[in-house]
Amino acid sequence: MARHHVTATVNGDPVEFLCETQQTLLEVLRDELRLTGTKEGCGTGDCGACTVTVDGRLVCSCLVLGVEARGKSIQTIEGMQTGKELHPLQRKFLEHAALQCGICTPGILIAARSLLERNPDPTEEEVRYWLAGNLCRCTGYHKVVEAVLDAARELRGG
Amino acid sequence: MSTMMKYEQKALKVVGTRPLRPDGVDKVTGRARYAADYNLPGQLIGKVLRSPHAHARIKSIDTSAAEALPGVKAVVTREDFPDLPVEYAASGELTINFHDVTRNMMAREKVFYDGHPVAAVAAISGSIASKALKLIKVDYEVLPHVIDVVEAMRPDAPLLHEEQYTEGVTPKPDRPSNVAKRMVFARGDLEAGFKQADLIVEREFNTKPVHQGYIEPQACLASYTEDGQAELWTATQGHFVFRAQCAKVLQMDVSKIRVTPTEIGGGFGGKNNIYNEPLAIALSRKSHRPVKMVMTREEVFRATGPTSGANVKVKMGCTRDGRITAADAELNFQAGAFPGSSVAMASMCTFTRYDLANVRVVGNDVTVNRPKVAAYRAPGAPIAVFGVESVIDEMAKRLGIDPIEFRLKNAAREGTRTYYGPTLGTIGYVETLERAKAHPNYSAPLGPNQGRGVATGFWFNIGNETSAALNVNEDGTVTLVLGTVDVAGGSRASMAMMVAEELGIDVDKVRPIIGDTSSLGFNFITAGSRGTFASGMASVLTARQAIEKLRQRVARIREVPVDDVVWKDGWARPADGCVKPFAPMSLAEIAKVAGKTGGTIAGHAEINAQGAGPGFGTHIVDVEVDRLTGLIKIVRYTVVQDVGKAIHPAYVEGQLQGGTVQGIGWALNEEYVYGADGVLQNPGFLDYRVPVASDMPFIDTVIVEVPNPNHPYGVRGCGEVPIISPMAAIANAVESAIGIRLCEQPMSPPRVLEAIEADKARSGARA
Amino acid sequence: MATISLSSNLIPYTCGDTGFELEVANVRQLFAALGERYPGLQTHLDNDIAVAIDGEIYQDALLQPILSNSEVFLFPKVAGG
Repeated sequence: MARHHVTATVNGDPVEFLCETQQTLLEVLRDELRLTGTKEGCGTGDCGACTVTVDGRLVCSCLVLGVEARGKSIQTIEGMQTGKELHPLQRKFLEHAALQCGICTPGILIAARSLLERNPDPTEEEVRYWLAGNLCRCTGYHKVVEAVLDAARELRGG
Repeated sequence: MSTMMKYEQKALKVVGTRPLRPDGVDKVTGRARYAADYNLPGQLIGKVLRSPHAHARIKSIDTSAAEALPGVKAVVTREDFPDLPVEYAASGELTINFHDVTRNMMAREKVFYDGHPVAAVAAISGSIASKALKLIKVDYEVLPHVIDVVEAMRPDAPLLHEEQYTEGVTPKPDRPSNVAKRMVFARGDLEAGFKQADLIVEREFNTKPVHQGYIEPQACLASYTEDGQAELWTATQGHFVFRAQCAKVLQMDVSKIRVTPTEIGGGFGGKNNIYNEPLAIALSRKSHRPVKMVMTREEVFRATGPTSGANVKVKMGCTRDGRITAADAELNFQAGAFPGSSVAMASMCTFTRYDLANVRVVGNDVTVNRPKVAAYRAPGAPIAVFGVESVIDEMAKRLGIDPIEFRLKNAAREGTRTYYGPTLGTIGYVETLERAKAHPNYSAPLGPNQGRGVATGFWFNIGNETSAALNVNEDGTVTLVLGTVDVAGGSRASMAMMVAEELGIDVDKVRPIIGDTSSLGFNFITAGSRGTFASGMASVLTARQAIEKLRQRVARIREVPVDDVVWKDGWARPADGCVKPFAPMSLAEIAKVAGKTGGTIAGHAEINAQGAGPGFGTHIVDVEVDRLTGLIKIVRYTVVQDVGKAIHPAYVEGQLQGGTVQGIGWALNEEYVYGADGVLQNPGFLDYRVPVASDMPFIDTVIVEVPNPNHPYGVRGCGEVPIISPMAAIANAVESAIGIRLCEQPMSPPRVLEAIEADKARSGARA
Repeated sequence: MATISLSSNLIPYTCGDTGFELEVANVRQLFAALGERYPGLQTHLDNDIAVAIDGEIYQDALLQPILSNSEVFLFPKVAGG
């Protein structure tokens, strides 16, 4: 089976890769580009562990084909910090102990950043509903929501 | 000699604070490496062929077409693994039988559940491996199956194991049975106790299997080389136990397998047992290349270890002023394909929260055609407690006694003798009840269709084999090598904190790592809430041993008697009243000259930690029931738990919140749905509904600290107790809200609506 | 003589006996004596029994001393998830 040649941008860097027709963007990120920060929890778009953005839009990368990335700009967890500066969300997650095993954390951080870019002052309910597509089994979501609200406060200059 | 250390009350500098977790930055940047993130050059991808039938005899397996497919490098079946005799070993659910372990890992005579492994292949790509699976021809003789535990106990039920006769029954039965074992715990005179009762309540409860639901599917990478050595990277709660089990099923020397535990994406007991690991090693051995095997989510649901579904009967009697006079329970637990559910442990914690004279608990371990049960956070306790705490609630309500008062009247305290034997030592049950009663949640106003429920839980907690090693680096910083996997909770940070406290240095100067199996002596799985307790004890011992050596080293360097050297706040100093005062030396100064004065200063400990302290918790939940949709909404939730000592309060809060939400999911939505053909219908997160962020409110936590007298810092462990109470607490709250008692789990909207309709019909009939 | 009691779930393996007195110096000797007296108990002694000695619980502690007036209780081991 001939593979497709794809060029795209990942975390601001130009990339190119070969992929089979049925390979998902998640598989491409992890297996072809060796960016293993994005995780597979279910492969069927139900858990959110594979959350990335494609041209600014939040998606489950397990539901996007590798070929669909052609010409698009993808953001993964690896691009969240700026140089050695962690994003405020990353810092707040550490301060609030908003992670335990950490497997859901990359997906939640990407999703939370997307929320705060659209809505800098979300209510608790808005945070919870926005993150409803990101399953976490360890924390019960309590400290996750606290961390997101605190990061929002800091980003607003509070 | 086993190790038990006494609690020391003292002023603390590090323990009890909230430093950032050492693995945190890697986890928020995506740098942390979990098992599926590992790759080796030349690796093959392994996949498993699984039974599509719930119960069948395997007549033949033909792998020739698969082996001939280009790109396939190895295929394994039952032929590649030796049959093992009956032999027991310790695991998460206590004892496992290797005769069963080897059959669960790869079917031999029969398949016992939808998903049971039948063959495995290793190929140069995942897609070729999948194609190869389709080419394997298995000839099955499909047999009738049984999954429901009550049906499986009937004498005419389809039989899984023809040689299984119920153990614990005398005389030995003359017919085989799906009931693998029956056990009875009893004390006093039940009949007399019921005669004394003014009120008797009897109820039956049914629960479905649920899964631990860790977001990371099992994954492993194995490399077997021609000298007979194997390396294994895997997501495990116990790399030493995995090494032991793999060595056994593969008939290898333990020292020839080196297991590295990767960062793990959740376990909760479900990663205590081997699944793909021996298959990956065997495929690597056969193909002469590394083999990587990652389970799909569907495989995780179909073929790892969900907890028991159960049938529970509870009958209790009490006087009209609320004193329990008799308590009787029958627990019928699914064991899955092979015997060994947690029914024994569940039987022992059914009534342990109460001081009772007349008690009986009968437990039955029943084999059924679904995956073999694995441990899940306080295994079995939530199920038994669902029954008992519901009946207690009913008794309290019918007598008009406050539910917390009722429990206080009967509460187990220090000196209470349990009905299975030992006497309880210092415990904090009453403290949790009183703190719950005083909490604002207990008196918050409730609206229409809202109700409040209370339930309590107990878990034994354990110690077990643990080893640790500490080395003082040349610059005075410290490396602490631990053998208890940090399954998520942050225990490695807590160990570093205890060591920093002991040495009197900054916690930032102690680097904790989890060593592989070649680096340390044996460590039992991280389960049973034992990580911080047992590894903490071992860590403290390594620090104290290092301090001893530091004192001796300084005595020689400064040429003073060792008794004149004391260790305080990170320095070796002259003792008060010593004859020849000397210039103190810091840890860094000693470390700098250590190499030239005799060698590195180190400490190590290999113990079997005893003296685990039981944990108790009291939960309060406020719910709102929507009578039109059957939806139960959690309005308010408070968790009060005695943890002995919170080494790192934020991590303890995390355990309390996380365990509680798992319990809520168990109560409200989670269940395994099997079709009439015995095939699992919901092996995915869409239809296996775990709690999401919008389902939950903030969970208020109250940490009670009644120190465990048998740990230097008073630690009891805390991870399991929080999952025990939610089912009963929610059922009790629903009863308060709408006057209907739910005895079937999950309390999902269709079931709630059904119960509401049935109740309407009943009152309509009465009217 | 130490006083030995068994939790009731072990009764099927001891022909109904639940308590006796024995002169043993440690857990290992206790298990050996019980295994000899009740062969049906041996597998359990090897694999899934814990002891409480004068109120303290021990699992997998074969060399734990038992004093001449100790109160010893045998019951199932526990683990966790």
